[in-house]
Amino acid sequence: MEFRNHTLDNGLEIIAECDDEAHTTAVGYFVKTGSRDETDEIAGVSHFLEHMVFKGTPSRSAADVNREFDEMGAYYNAFTSEENTVYYAAVLPEFQGRSIELLADILRPSLREDDFNTEKNVILEEIQMYMDQPPFGADDTIKALHLPGHPLARSVLGTAETITALRPEAMRTYFERQYSPRNIVVATAGRVDFPALVDQVAERCGQWAPRDVSRETSRAASHSAFEVITNSSAAQQYFLQLANGPAADDPLSERFAAKLLATVVGDDSGSRMYWDLVDTGLAEHASLSHHEYDGTGMYMVYASCDPSGATDLAQRLSDILRTVDRDGVTDEEVRLAKCKIKSRVVIGSERPRNRLFYVGGNWLSRREYRALREDLQSLDAITRDQVNAVLERFPLSENTSLTVGPLASVPRPS
Amino acid sequence: MTNTIHTHTLDNGLVLVAEPMMSLESAAFTFLVPAGCCHDPADRLGLGSFTCEMALRGAGSRDSRRFVEDLENLGVEHNESVSVEHASYSGATLASSLPAAISIFADLLRRPHLPPEQIEAGRMVVLQEVRGIEDEPAQKVMIELRSQSYPDPWGRSSHGTQDALMAITIDEIRNHFARLYRPGGTMLGVAGRFDWEQLKDHVESLFGDWKPVEVELPPEAVRAHKYAHIEYPSNQTQIGIAYPSIPYRDPDYFQAWGAVGVLSGGMSSRLFTEVRERRGLCYSVYASHHTQRDRARVICYAGTSTERAQETLDVTLGELKALADGVQSHELDRLKARIKSGLIMQQESSSSRSAAIARDWYHLGRVRTLEELGALVDGLSCDSINGYLSQSPPSDFTVVTLGPQPLEVSVGVS
Repeated sequence: MEFRNHTLDNGLEIIAECDDEAHTTAVGYFVKTGSRDETDEIAGVSHFLEHMVFKGTPSRSAADVNREFDEMGAYYNAFTSEENTVYYAAVLPEFQGRSIELLADILRPSLREDDFNTEKNVILEEIQMYMDQPPFGADDTIKALHLPGHPLARSVLGTAETITALRPEAMRTYFERQYSPRNIVVATAGRVDFPALVDQVAERCGQWAPRDVSRETSRAASHSAFEVITNSSAAQQYFLQLANGPAADDPLSERFAAKLLATVVGDDSGSRMYWDLVDTGLAEHASLSHHEYDGTGMYMVYASCDPSGATDLAQRLSDILRTVDRDGVTDEEVRLAKCKIKSRVVIGSERPRNRLFYVGGNWLSRREYRALREDLQSLDAITRDQVNAVLERFPLSENTSLTVGPLASVPRPS
Repeated sequence: MTNTIHTHTLDNGLVLVAEPMMSLESAAFTFLVPAGCCHDPADRLGLGSFTCEMALRGAGSRDSRRFVEDLENLGVEHNESVSVEHASYSGATLASSLPAAISIFADLLRRPHLPPEQIEAGRMVVLQEVRGIEDEPAQKVMIELRSQSYPDPWGRSSHGTQDALMAITIDEIRNHFARLYRPGGTMLGVAGRFDWEQLKDHVESLFGDWKPVEVELPPEAVRAHKYAHIEYPSNQTQIGIAYPSIPYRDPDYFQAWGAVGVLSGGMSSRLFTEVRERRGLCYSVYASHHTQRDRARVICYAGTSTERAQETLDVTLGELKALADGVQSHELDRLKARIKSGLIMQQESSSSRSAAIARDWYHLGRVRTLEELGALVDGLSCDSINGYLSQSPPSDFTVVTLGPQPLEVSVGVS
């Protein structure tokens, strides 16, 4: 395993975690842009643009793009988050050059108006699909409640209204502003021919004109609330909570401590929430996860239950969070959480495409490379005191709560 | 792609199949126990799932909490599920923990506590799952589609019904377990890093004295319905279409499977191109080949807003019928490329290989190596697929829709 990197004259960075033993090559174009970089007028444009990128270039139709990926037998897709848009393909090593070329070409899309109008329908269908799935877009609602006015509160999908109103010219302007080579990292993992990679990327992307891109990254203000939204078509009652946590630019020890804390309190199996809420059958699902962004970090609670148990669940969720805030975690809990995370990370890393997301994401947020072994050692070194110190800085019970479901009201926990 | 497959059949009928993948650090196992929900009594639908839930609540020397904690100590990521034909228990871990992990699951399969004092908690867990499906329209339509398309009991959902789950007693669970959890027909697939001789001896020592029990397959009912609509207050209409196909062990299986691959696979496949890319009718549309041992269906899904649902259904059915006119060589070339890289990517995951080889044994009584699969795929030609399609054109469709209003189903439903 060897890490290599190179920067083109126009600022585009190329990174690779090379593993000569790997069966496949994973390549990704990581664009540092997402819904947090939008304004009200163009809400949802990052994700819509991600779809449009597959719709062709001056030399390729949309059908050509799909056909060529399939001719390589590529495992490929793209996704958009609050702060990144990632286009990726996992291919057999012989297709490294071809996949790099194809991805580079589509990252300079034509954005043709008729394609734009057809794809708008697909996006609207995607929004409808999520609106039919309880808790009906509540993840957007709770971000807006917890981070009022903050860019991270913006919806990735946008709304049916903003998407319907969006014009191709506005998307072009956004594209010109955000898809600068200074805002793009080409990341690779698995079997990579690095000298060839640099040539391939330079040939295709070297002439892209650079432009400075900036982002507002102020830390979001803390906020606390308890809201109920009634939606009678839901069968289950859903609970979402957001609390502040370590951000992407906080020290590694705090970020890893936050991951350990989330595992102790709210892992799918064996956590405090599992034993108290899921194993007892009170909740269908209950979990706590940690998410880090530029300048801001968040813990998210997600739980669902039969409406008859909603009052009980709300109270017990609150009790779990207050207890851990007050008493901290134990050595044994931290030790078990480390076992789980280490095993998951090692097994997940056996696929180059999983390493790709980790290596690329790390570079995008911190311009940092960390080998798997280093991460495992750092995780092992985290102490219970460090986990409890993070709890003190970011208490889990200071949170914004939202419940969505058939109930007209749910009492606020005492 | 050279793979060794080890097999060992115990005197009591339990089969161990194993594939070394020495480039990995992990090892994974999959137990397939012939205790699927096809055995649930008609007035106790869900008994198999409830039994599986209770089996996890302590076994051998471990109580329920210790059972989970010991798995976590070993870093075992585990999954349990019940399908029509099997109860499945699988896990992945670092290679050194594999023998201990298999020992814990041997306790579960042979010495479960099935504790009476936990039956109400277990009941709540399985009831929550049934309720949760009410909020998943896409899952709901596919459950109904399978039940309409297959003769009972082969189209059942393992979740069961609320009434039956309410009625089940601990004695019924214990009897169900005693009758169905047995060595004959149980397969253990292992893949990853392990020593074959040690593994074989270990499995012999854990399962060698497990007593065989004879169980007959349940009788088969006659299928009645062709079109069903479920009223549902959603924005989108969910569409499910199924038609009969041939199972994995049929000599023509790869012809049938290849034809479905042309229909739906990569983004250049027919359904994605015609329904989503050209017309923008939906976000999600696919078809897949679903095989049981003695019967199979092609299962197709599309979700779209209600005003475009009729067109989506008509276009989708049109594509299914047009398959009878044959596939073209450029389509087959892309299919082969995709399958070839898919086979190589299977070598990156011990979990997926352990499940695949256990399933292979169930269907064939032997395991196909990746090399052998590659050769079978290479042997596909347009002539061979089209020969199969002219003999067995898609027909006898079952259609299920879910949404505010029913659709006109006239095309091709005999």
